[in-house]
Amino acid sequence: MEFLRPSDWDEALAAKAAHPDAMPIAGGTDVMVDLNFDRSRPTALLDLTRVTALTDWGTDGDLLRVGAGVTYRRLIDELAGRVPGLALASRTVGSPQIRNRATVGGNLGSASPAGDAHPALLAAGALVELASTRGTRRVPVTEFFVGPKRSVKTPDELIAAFLVPARPGVEQFAKVGTRNAMVIAVCSFALALDPQTRAVGTGIGSAGPTPLRATEAAEFLAAELPWETRGAVPAAVRARFGELVGAAARPIDDVRGSADYRRHALAVLARRTLAWAWTDLGGAA
Amino acid sequence: MRVTCVVNGETRQADDVWPGESLLYVLRERLGLPGAKNACEQGECGSCTVYLDGLPVCACLVAAGQADGRTITTVEGLAPGTGEEQLDRVQRAFLATGAVQCGFCTPGLIVAVHDLLARDPAPTDPDIREALAGNLCRCTGYEKIMEAVRLAATS
Repeated sequence: MEFLRPSDWDEALAAKAAHPDAMPIAGGTDVMVDLNFDRSRPTALLDLTRVTALTDWGTDGDLLRVGAGVTYRRLIDELAGRVPGLALASRTVGSPQIRNRATVGGNLGSASPAGDAHPALLAAGALVELASTRGTRRVPVTEFFVGPKRSVKTPDELIAAFLVPARPGVEQFAKVGTRNAMVIAVCSFALALDPQTRAVGTGIGSAGPTPLRATEAAEFLAAELPWETRGAVPAAVRARFGELVGAAARPIDDVRGSADYRRHALAVLARRTLAWAWTDLGGAA
Repeated sequence: MRVTCVVNGETRQADDVWPGESLLYVLRERLGLPGAKNACEQGECGSCTVYLDGLPVCACLVAAGQADGRTITTVEGLAPGTGEEQLDRVQRAFLATGAVQCGFCTPGLIVAVHDLLARDPAPTDPDIREALAGNLCRCTGYEKIMEAVRLAATS
């Protein structure tokens, strides 16, 4: 096994082009588990922790661009106001030790359907910036995941950053698990309400082959919310929204939970996050 | 592969390091520092917690090469000298409250508590539980561990 340690982004892209089989490693919280348990033996590790460009964030026009190497700890400490849903999700990732190392870039690279960042990125309408020596492209996160642990990223590409609207609406996130730390989600749900455009964003985690959106539920809610009056959301609307979110999931029975339980729990999370978000917007309870 | 890093204030070098091995393996097997413990090897238990450039991390999840040129503090580096009176206040508090049963989780907890108190000198109980959420004690001695943190915070 080789250990490649590029010192800047151009070197990293050149190394990935020369070694398309190399496994990128940042926080190591997924990659090292596979190595420690002999589940994978990549021909090379491509260490990205020396590429300082990956740990920057800043605005890019109407967008906020966050480098793929920004840790969950920093998302919570530095960006909670700018990526509120993702910051909430970040607080549920692993433990303090894990959050000190793990990155959203790594979460995207692993592309697990259970990745905690994914629902919030879906709800926020994020873009994923992929780069190679051939150039850079920005892919809507809705098109990024193509199957369990599979994405549209090609072998010569690295994940550079993700981008979200620089002025977020109200965002919420909730996750079901057996304890508050060190838990892979049984299911999770993220909601974004944008009062400017009256749009609703959704993201479902750990209840399908990929992270999913609940498109029908989002369209229903966007049409039914009393945006103008900010009055109470009718009980029937809350219930229907929950049903539609549950119906949008494509869960399986596995060790963490049954498909039926996940559908049920998602309906509950959808109603709860809606209540929190509506209150955040100044809406009546 | 050669890995050179500053460990507990001293520049240390390890040779013939396999690129896929962890910082934990380097510390324990190559540098003779067995304080950080090897248990789950997947970041679940926190027994291998060390400071890497000032942040507590699971040493089992850091690739050895990623530690090259970095600064590491292990539990062995927290006390300025040997002997009970020279121990760090967190170590003394664990001794005083009997927050040690089998002892396996203790080094990781000591580092995690050391970091917590450096960031927050007067943590509430929920703050303590949140800060220690990544450290498992399979003897389930959590109540004594909570007492130790409260004592360390006031000593």
